[in-house]
Amino acid sequence: MVVESIRLRLTPLVQYRLRIADTCLIHAQRLGEWCGHGPILEEDIALTNLSLDLLGQARALLTHAGKVEGQGFDEDQLAFLRDEGQFFNLTLVEQPSRKASAHAPGGDFADLVLRNFLVATWLKALYGRLVSSSDAELAAIAAKALKETRYHQEHAADWVVRLGDGTEESARRLAAALDRAWPYTHEMFVRDAVDDAAAASALGPRRDELAADWQRGVAAVFSDAKLALPAATPFVSTGSNGVHSEHMGFVLAEMQTLQRSFPGGKW
Amino acid sequence: MSQNEWPLWEVFVRPKAGLDHKHCGSLHAADAKMALQLAREVYTRRQEGTSVWVVRSSDITASDPGDKPMLFDPMEDKVYRHPTFYKLPEAVDHM
Repeated sequence: MVVESIRLRLTPLVQYRLRIADTCLIHAQRLGEWCGHGPILEEDIALTNLSLDLLGQARALLTHAGKVEGQGFDEDQLAFLRDEGQFFNLTLVEQPSRKASAHAPGGDFADLVLRNFLVATWLKALYGRLVSSSDAELAAIAAKALKETRYHQEHAADWVVRLGDGTEESARRLAAALDRAWPYTHEMFVRDAVDDAAAASALGPRRDELAADWQRGVAAVFSDAKLALPAATPFVSTGSNGVHSEHMGFVLAEMQTLQRSFPGGKW
Repeated sequence: MSQNEWPLWEVFVRPKAGLDHKHCGSLHAADAKMALQLAREVYTRRQEGTSVWVVRSSDITASDPGDKPMLFDPMEDKVYRHPTFYKLPEAVDHM
């Protein structure tokens, strides 16, 4: 059976919301891949809890974005029936975090720890601003998510310090993970027309406005972790514009297969 | 215990203000801060708690189960230690 993909009527303000929603959704999906594979039972449960928190945020944000978009798409349709080009998550969160491949080294617990930290620090800065959004519903979602995200950030930061300031091997693997993740962090602070539209209507901050806050949070933890900041690179990833890395298709294939095979299936 | 194994911690959760912390289980963690975080993840994910204590299991001194006859059995026939021989005034009702 072939299930028609949905097509969104995109406006900058819909895309702005989907950037946040999709970042949470795909990050949750990647985190979920660690279920049953955590280094110890307790951390395995912790990772799954983080994933479920993010999925909860994604659900609220998708439902909200669907209302604003106006064609009546619900959270499930938005998550499972959009094609790759209509997802607007940060490219960082779609990178493999558990299984390495020839094209994507990594798949180390250190990759997961570091990504969690970089993204949680970013979401914390973002939600911190969105609580005063001109859209009351978005502000309410952000207020709830901010509590969870503060915990995620602390949990992840502790792990970064533990690995960075741990053994020689853990420090080496964390530094390698940082080299892999770092080029994708630029996209967190790019400013474009979508950001400008959101800022103009006081819906939320431009991404470049989050940079100082994020850098402060990252620098403090990296200093405790004895981790050096990598040099800047010119590469800027473009997932937030719907142009993704080669990994996105595989993430979606796995995430969407059930709803695509059994449309509207519930259990 | 192997060198790679993290120490064991006992977890106590206070279900709501005014109630006592209750022992609810144990977990492995590298240090106290991690033990608190993991206790939150493992034991309070369904809103069970408002406060958590963790203590290294090795810091607890426990009675020896073999001493049970000596320590606890003698209390069996000392019913007079229960305040059940007093008549309560009606007004007190359930105490």
